[in-house]
Amino acid sequence: MSVALPELTWTAGRPVIEIANHIALIARRSLVRTARQPGTWIPPLTFPLILMAVNSNGLRAATHLPGFPTRSFLAFFMPFAFMQGALFASGIAGTDLARDIDTGFLNRLALTPVRGGSLLVGQIGGAVGLGAVQAVLYLGAALAAGVHIDAGPAGAALILVFAIGTAAGFGSLGLWLALRTGSGEGVQSMFPLLFFLLLISSMNLPRNLIEVTWFRDLATINPVSYLIEALRSLVIQGWNAEALLLGFGCMLALMAVSMVLAARQLRLRMTRT
Amino acid sequence: MSARDRGIVVEGLVRQFKDVLAVDGIDLTIEPGQIYGFLGPNGAGKSTTVHLLTTLLPPTAGRATVAGFDVVADGPSVRANIGAALQETALDPFLSAREHLRLQASLHGIRGERRLRLQDELLQRVGLTQAADRKVRTYSGGMKRRLDLALALIHGPSTLFLDEPTTGLDPQSRAALWEEVGRLAREEGVTVFLTTQYLEEADVLADRVGIIDHGRIVAEGTPASLKAEIGRSTVEIVPESSSELHRLGDILTRFGTETAARPGAAAVRLDGKGGLADVVRALDQEDVRAAAINLHSPSLDDVFLAKTGRKLEGAAEDDA
Repeated sequence: MSVALPELTWTAGRPVIEIANHIALIARRSLVRTARQPGTWIPPLTFPLILMAVNSNGLRAATHLPGFPTRSFLAFFMPFAFMQGALFASGIAGTDLARDIDTGFLNRLALTPVRGGSLLVGQIGGAVGLGAVQAVLYLGAALAAGVHIDAGPAGAALILVFAIGTAAGFGSLGLWLALRTGSGEGVQSMFPLLFFLLLISSMNLPRNLIEVTWFRDLATINPVSYLIEALRSLVIQGWNAEALLLGFGCMLALMAVSMVLAARQLRLRMTRT
Repeated sequence: MSARDRGIVVEGLVRQFKDVLAVDGIDLTIEPGQIYGFLGPNGAGKSTTVHLLTTLLPPTAGRATVAGFDVVADGPSVRANIGAALQETALDPFLSAREHLRLQASLHGIRGERRLRLQDELLQRVGLTQAADRKVRTYSGGMKRRLDLALALIHGPSTLFLDEPTTGLDPQSRAALWEEVGRLAREEGVTVFLTTQYLEEADVLADRVGIIDHGRIVAEGTPASLKAEIGRSTVEIVPESSSELHRLGDILTRFGTETAARPGAAAVRLDGKGGLADVVRALDQEDVRAAAINLHSPSLDDVFLAKTGRKLEGAAEDDA
């Protein structure tokens, strides 16, 4: 017997307004439940700020290295906070969806007219919302600490957009893992791997100043380096087209790949006819 | 003919999970407005059948229509016409009952004044008006089940699937839920497909009962007809004096076949030669005094025992 898989595409004939409405409803729920669990949003808001403060003081001497691109290590290091916040967002989106699978809430949603695509996009609403709050907080803290954004107000706005997009990308990765494993533990297991990617990036030093060859090579092939460098370029260089194209390219690729993976996994998980 | 005038028709429904044949060729016809009790032990295939009929799982073979729509070819129409409270009370602990109803109604396209009116009506009907704005994580098991039922009803479905809706509930909550389910079928003509492990629940609520074991329906009919198939009642008597036990046995065998009894008692399965009154009259005539008399009518458990060779309670453990 042939079995129709759930449609995940936005096909013609379905009022766009209904799809948008479904996304808004699911996203609203995602935001509300995230807001009502302080344990999920307090660490992403505070830990990156603490690390930013500690590292910008402790590693300040790095700015004396010949060729270091700025005199402010805080300005150099602040993109790390956005990346760490995005990683937290992936955990939140994934864990919430895993809980929905575990409790049967996903089945409840599957029994309504909501489409798979709307479900996925809406489901990362909490992560994206938190990503936006985080980005504003980190940026505000950095500005309050005296960081100057070389790209100006438009650059600051672009930093927020980029941070939210990155949170959505990592959030989708969390959704994929939740759908694949069906467990919060499975989602959490991804966190060390993503954190490792952050550690082997150019977060602490510009790649050209990393003397250890294997580390520099790893940082060069690591897409997280380009996400960080795009943000960093707006803070300390102004408008650097190459860094921005590479960074946005990596961000969009992350979003696209993780959404496609999540959508495919949803087809397997939600086998409604 | 509207969806409300169509029940459930199932023909040769099969669902295989790798090596496990969870549902093995089920045939069913459920009339509109009927309450159908689907009885069986854990792992018998009840929930898988519900998932197939609610379109959450595609069947491996066979076909089924719910409210007049094919579960494979017309899943969205089936979903639009059914409500389901599945085995897990699938609720978000961080949302209130009112927020759940709002989400569910809005996803079904119910908006504005109509949504608000429906929310209030349903909250009142399931007795959650006072607790409507409390987060679900503070609810008792019974309150969660009642909210689950309200959510299943928000879009006015013609067919309702309830998968073990009273498991874990206290007797009072169970009775309240039975009353509401009965009312839905009686007054609103909702077709109800109810799975349960509780014999009493099927007996009290269901117009018809299907008994499932190892994925197959082993008995089907009204509770009365199924029990009538097993037939006769059993009378068990404890004599006042144990010395009269033998004489008591002799008297009882005039009315039927001797059957197993607890120590110090004699029992007989009545074969139609007389009822309980005749037995009591005979004891009186023979001057045998009884300390206790028990009349045991056939139950659905007896039906299950007769059809499968096992008691329903503990059947899942037997299989494990």
